[in-house]
Amino acid sequence: MAFFRSHVLVSVDPECLKRGALEVVDALHDELVAQGLNDEIQVLETSRIGDPVLFGPDLMVYPEGVHYACISADDVPYIVTEHFLKGRPVEKFRAQERVVVDEELGAPKPKEVRVVLRNIGKIDPNNIEDYIAEDGYAALAKVLSEYTPEQVIDVILASGLRGRGGAGFPTGKKWQFARQNPGDIKYVICNADEGDPGAFMNRRVLEGDPHAVIEGMTIAAYAIGSRQGYIYCRAEYPLAVKTISIAIEQARDLGLLGENILGTDFSFDLEVRIGAGAFVCGEETALMASIEGRRGEPRPRPPFPAVAGLWMKPSNINNVETYANVPQIILRGAEWFASMGTEKSKGTKTFALAGDLKNTGLIEVPLGITLREIIYDIGGGIKDGKGFRAIQTGGPAGGCLSEEHLDLPIDYEGLASAGSMMGSGGLVVMDTGNCMVDIARYFMDFIQEESCGKCTPCRIGTRRLLEILTNICEGKGQDGDIERLEELSGWIKATSLCGLGQGAPNPVMSTLKLFRAEYEAHIYEKRCPAKVCKALITYNIIKETCTGCTVCARNCPANAISGERRQPHRIDPDICIRCGICMQVCNFNAIEIN
Amino acid sequence: MLKQIDIPENDPVAVADRRALIDEILAANKDRPGGLMVILNEVQSKIGFISEPMQLYIANRLHVPVSTVHGVVSFYSFFTTTPRGRHTIKFCMGTACYVGGAPQLIEKAKQVLGIEPGQTTKDGAITLEICRCVGACSQAPVVVVDEDSHGRVRPNKFPQLVRGLTEPGGN
Repeated sequence: MAFFRSHVLVSVDPECLKRGALEVVDALHDELVAQGLNDEIQVLETSRIGDPVLFGPDLMVYPEGVHYACISADDVPYIVTEHFLKGRPVEKFRAQERVVVDEELGAPKPKEVRVVLRNIGKIDPNNIEDYIAEDGYAALAKVLSEYTPEQVIDVILASGLRGRGGAGFPTGKKWQFARQNPGDIKYVICNADEGDPGAFMNRRVLEGDPHAVIEGMTIAAYAIGSRQGYIYCRAEYPLAVKTISIAIEQARDLGLLGENILGTDFSFDLEVRIGAGAFVCGEETALMASIEGRRGEPRPRPPFPAVAGLWMKPSNINNVETYANVPQIILRGAEWFASMGTEKSKGTKTFALAGDLKNTGLIEVPLGITLREIIYDIGGGIKDGKGFRAIQTGGPAGGCLSEEHLDLPIDYEGLASAGSMMGSGGLVVMDTGNCMVDIARYFMDFIQEESCGKCTPCRIGTRRLLEILTNICEGKGQDGDIERLEELSGWIKATSLCGLGQGAPNPVMSTLKLFRAEYEAHIYEKRCPAKVCKALITYNIIKETCTGCTVCARNCPANAISGERRQPHRIDPDICIRCGICMQVCNFNAIEIN
Repeated sequence: MLKQIDIPENDPVAVADRRALIDEILAANKDRPGGLMVILNEVQSKIGFISEPMQLYIANRLHVPVSTVHGVVSFYSFFTTTPRGRHTIKFCMGTACYVGGAPQLIEKAKQVLGIEPGQTTKDGAITLEICRCVGACSQAPVVVVDEDSHGRVRPNKFPQLVRGLTEPGGN
């Protein structure tokens, strides 16, 4: 075999071909012969190196690993002389790697372990070959050629994978039930209706690594014996819908979806269905009603979806992140997955960090990590030097946790015992500038708006809760309100039809438990300690600090601020709507709240 | 007795090319299982709203009661029964945006445009909406203008966002 000291790879994908990649190849051959280097340097044609739109046609020179971008045939002689003859890489042709600041997902931070997020930002989600190069679809091939469906379920059971949508039901058990229930037609459904405010992990997975979800669903379909699957994605995520649709097309073209996948007699296909802005459709029975083209109202369980799901056929429904874990578990083994996490909660979990933190964005950590590690080691602590107040986990059905829970290891049981829940993984950190009664009111406003109205406790109960909370925030709270909140919350939790109603009182109950004094200050002293509730505060301009720059007066939506230029201004409390804009725009910190 | 409804002259079912578009969407999806949601999503995104006559028309073509169609249309917040403005400005009211100053931003918008959320400016240029979490929480507060998200919007920057939209022919 001939030995070459260097290899030059030339990208010849369609985009680069359009831009003259073949001419570059020819020029390389000619020039190497002309300079007598054709026995030392080998030219290879390859599919693509960098992003062809930005870099094509591009060359990669090994062993140095030098990447040249936007090369034309005219550039070739110079490169051959300088680089291959004289051994000096040509700086001016080197690819300028775009430094893209991804504000949501940076480089892995200490303590992070990326399984579900491993490919995101690294591969081109619109190119199936990128995914295949990262061992994509190898798990599917392994399953179809080596495993029986029962063996697949055994692996998932042994891994200890639990539902990443929030409830944490063991995934393997779910698959087992769906397999055992008789029926010719079964469905595999992916819940991509990530509606919890503060959560965007699933969006990034669908946008950044859609094939992992498709592969996971296909493996699930093989395990339960299904031929048709649906991905139900919320309408608020148009890019995710587009990316996953392209990915399905590409998988179909390569025979990874459709009839006789990889030449076996297993067939499976996928369809994307789009929601229309109803939070309750994240609940599995409501989601299936929506796929069926009906109002997204939940129904009582049992029967569970594994028995009678979509169109009353046995169905398996998992969340995006759950499916995205599956190929990795198959490839790397159940023991590898089970080696991460706590006794009952295995593997990693993605979280969306948001709120008053220095570093917000997406993270993936092994379960069992503490909130303190997430907030301070990964999140960088509270921004603007304020103090930590509370962390809200699990979305509107979750709860708030305070200082005392910071060393709690995060797993399904731990969060539940502290009065919150895992939920899909939104973590919203709040500093001391947040009023916890107002936060509870905010969540109740959300829930009562999104309640589908089917069952009375949720429809009317949440509205009553909201009324009481609104009164408290407006300074109209009465003695006995706290007890009324507690009693009503208990009933709503015990008697609502679905998870939305059962979880609805959680924000109220958890804030009452941890921040009861704050409720009492609102009710009995008509005072908002965090200075948030509008009816209980007044804005005031500090005469000594005000420079009379007029910025506040110009920005005040109610025209409540008056004063001469360069003279201290004043706010008329009767006109002021307490929106706080003046405080935000003031450059001199001259506005205070009393 | 069936309620007779008056079809306004400019209703999409009365305008030939609009109706052809609805027919096309119906033909492509009416035999799909659960097709009603798909059809309504398509109609909403291509025509911009689903009026009462349109609901009746779709129900007749699918051979389902109009109550079924209306039930679905009224259930989901993305479906609207009246025309929207040429541009839609949505304020994300997710937890992070709420904490991050979305309420102040909405105050500012009301002041600048003179309309409440849910309303459209008189010239039909802009509809203001409050929406659920758009999942860009690390950018809070987020404003979505048509398809484009804008992060970390402060109230005094809001007028810049609107500027290009209100001019005639602006897009």
